[in-house]
Amino acid sequence: MAYEFSPETEKKFQWLLTRYPKKDAVLIPILHKVQSEIGWLSPESMEYVAGRLGLSPARVREVASFYTFFRLDRKGKYVLQVCQTMSCYLRGSDEIVAKLQQLLGIQAGETSADGLFSIEKVECLASCSTAPVMQVNDWDFHEELDLERVEKIVALLKQGRGGHACYEKRVADGGVA
Amino acid sequence: MAQKLRPAHPLETRVLLQGFDEPSSWTIDVYEKKLGGYAGARKAVAMAPDAIITEVKNSGLRGLGGAGFPAGMKWSFIPKNSGKPVYLVCNADEGEPGTFKDRQIMEHMPHRLVDGMISAASAIGSETGYIYVRCELRLAIERLEKAIEEAYAKGYLGKNIFGSGRNFDLTVHPGAGSYICGEETALIESLEGDRGQPRLKPPFPAVSGAFGCPTVVNNVATLANVPGILLNGAEWFLKLGQNTPRSAGTFVYSVSGDVKNPGFYELPLGTNLNVLLNEVCGGPLPGRKFKACYPGGSSSPLLTADEFDVKMDFDSLAAKGTMLGSGAVIVLDDRRSIPEVCMRTARFYAHESCGQCVPCREGTKWTYLMIKRLVKGEGTQADIDKALQACANMAGKTICVLSDACAMPVTSMIKKFRAEFEALARPASEVTPAVPKVSGQLAELMAAVRERQTR
Ligand SMILES: Cc1cc2nc3c(=O)[nH]c(=O)nc-3n(C[C@H](O)[C@H](O)[C@H](O)COP(=O)(O)O)c2cc1C
Ligand code: FES
Repeated sequence: MAYEFSPETEKKFQWLLTRYPKKDAVLIPILHKVQSEIGWLSPESMEYVAGRLGLSPARVREVASFYTFFRLDRKGKYVLQVCQTMSCYLRGSDEIVAKLQQLLGIQAGETSADGLFSIEKVECLASCSTAPVMQVNDWDFHEELDLERVEKIVALLKQGRGGHACYEKRVADGGVA
Repeated sequence: MAQKLRPAHPLETRVLLQGFDEPSSWTIDVYEKKLGGYAGARKAVAMAPDAIITEVKNSGLRGLGGAGFPAGMKWSFIPKNSGKPVYLVCNADEGEPGTFKDRQIMEHMPHRLVDGMISAASAIGSETGYIYVRCELRLAIERLEKAIEEAYAKGYLGKNIFGSGRNFDLTVHPGAGSYICGEETALIESLEGDRGQPRLKPPFPAVSGAFGCPTVVNNVATLANVPGILLNGAEWFLKLGQNTPRSAGTFVYSVSGDVKNPGFYELPLGTNLNVLLNEVCGGPLPGRKFKACYPGGSSSPLLTADEFDVKMDFDSLAAKGTMLGSGAVIVLDDRRSIPEVCMRTARFYAHESCGQCVPCREGTKWTYLMIKRLVKGEGTQADIDKALQACANMAGKTICVLSDACAMPVTSMIKKFRAEFEALARPASEVTPAVPKVSGQLAELMAAVRERQTR
């Protein structure tokens, strides 16, 4: 699918160009913006960004593929990122992942057939004292999780609640488990 | 969501976290009007750069990103009148497992960081700053961006800040999920829009850093400490700690794992680990006993419970063969299997190796695989020594110290808890030896070579 910046992304792009002495530095921030807009970095979007920055498409792919945050494959509508690093492991992150896998019928690293959920194991999310933690769609933060809350969160997401880009909004929508 | 706030523990001295529990502490109104914020920056822009550097040097402020390098000295390395722009970069990549102090400051006190960056920029003559933040920390990014917007609106950022004639522009730059980008030269590569692979030093960033120009990279907590020092003086800061330039000020310890009250606690630098864990954090979980802990993030060598009587400062921990690092204490209790913990630690570094140095790329992976074999009941006595050997062969032999960060804790675990590893080892006759897994063309090639050899 052809890709070009939305007006909002274009605005951000123009602003970013004013913030750095070299154009290349805009690459990572603008890839973030593109990913938050379309959910992943499609080959077309990377090629488009390359064109706008005067970089080769190979260079953009090289950079994008280095960073685990960038998604070069399409993911589910809700990406459930469970921290698997030490402090979360000590507080039961393995059980959280097992529970999610059981509830959704997919393994970590996979996306459900309906395109709704992906499970990812991620490294320390800097919230170790409230372990175990899970982040939904890079934003929605759930701390001190237990298996019961995991079930509630998944149930709410299945109803299309939660996973919003703002905690306050999530509270207002009753999306807090 | 921001972490739950709790009132300060009686032993805490909140300087960096002063005003933390104020409602809306992240807004400029509260920071400035209620907490007296930006007085440090206001003072700094009117001071001679050398005077700022001297004050910070005298205070004993050390880098809080892990290495503890004296901040004032680092600033003094910036060449004067090089004719090039000078960049100030805040390292907010906070990725060391167990560490969450920077995130607290950014989410609750973003203005204190901006305040500190204006002060540091005045010291080094920088007109452009970046805050390189882990992209996963969305709330921190949002609050920082808002704080910067507010500071611009008040004329504290941009042109002619505080009417001083100085300029300072500040931008939040998101990382993209890579632990190695916390290493300062990798961070600079990443800031420039490249893969985050560390650079060889020298040249040091002070001479050739971001965009080929003199650059200072400092941790969030280091920079956020500067306004307090400029306002209250070096003497005040020294006394907050142990009143020596090697051990001054307070320190925000991040405590997690098997302990009753995990959390972040601002205490005098050099607080005894027993006091931190037993008094401040309430001791072990009910019915449990402490077994060991990492005192400074998952890169630091383990301390066993009988070694907990130690001051939590740079020098005291170094004397015990470990390090303060990021000040992240991860506690393990008597339920824990050290080989399992060791396997997880090695896996993290194997995953995060940037791959440019062979000893690190292969060494971290082999270490992980050897320990994993043991944990899975497929390993032998020899695998324990192979893991140790892999560690010895990578530490100190690479561009950055990620390989050391893997080798140090792993080696300490095997040395201090060797019996646990040996209990998992099986006789060599019962297991298949470890061979590197290869596939594709390389596998075909190796098969062909083998065939030729047997012919
Ligand atoms: C593998 C590795 C990861 C690092 N991660 C971080 C980090 O997340 N945050 C940080 O402030 N410093 C980190 N550092 C240390 C930085 O390289 C650098 O020393 C620090 O940002 C300097 O700031 P300071 O002098 O204020 O401590 C890391 C170093 C290494 C080798
Ligand atoms: S270990 Fe999970 S947030 Fe740090």
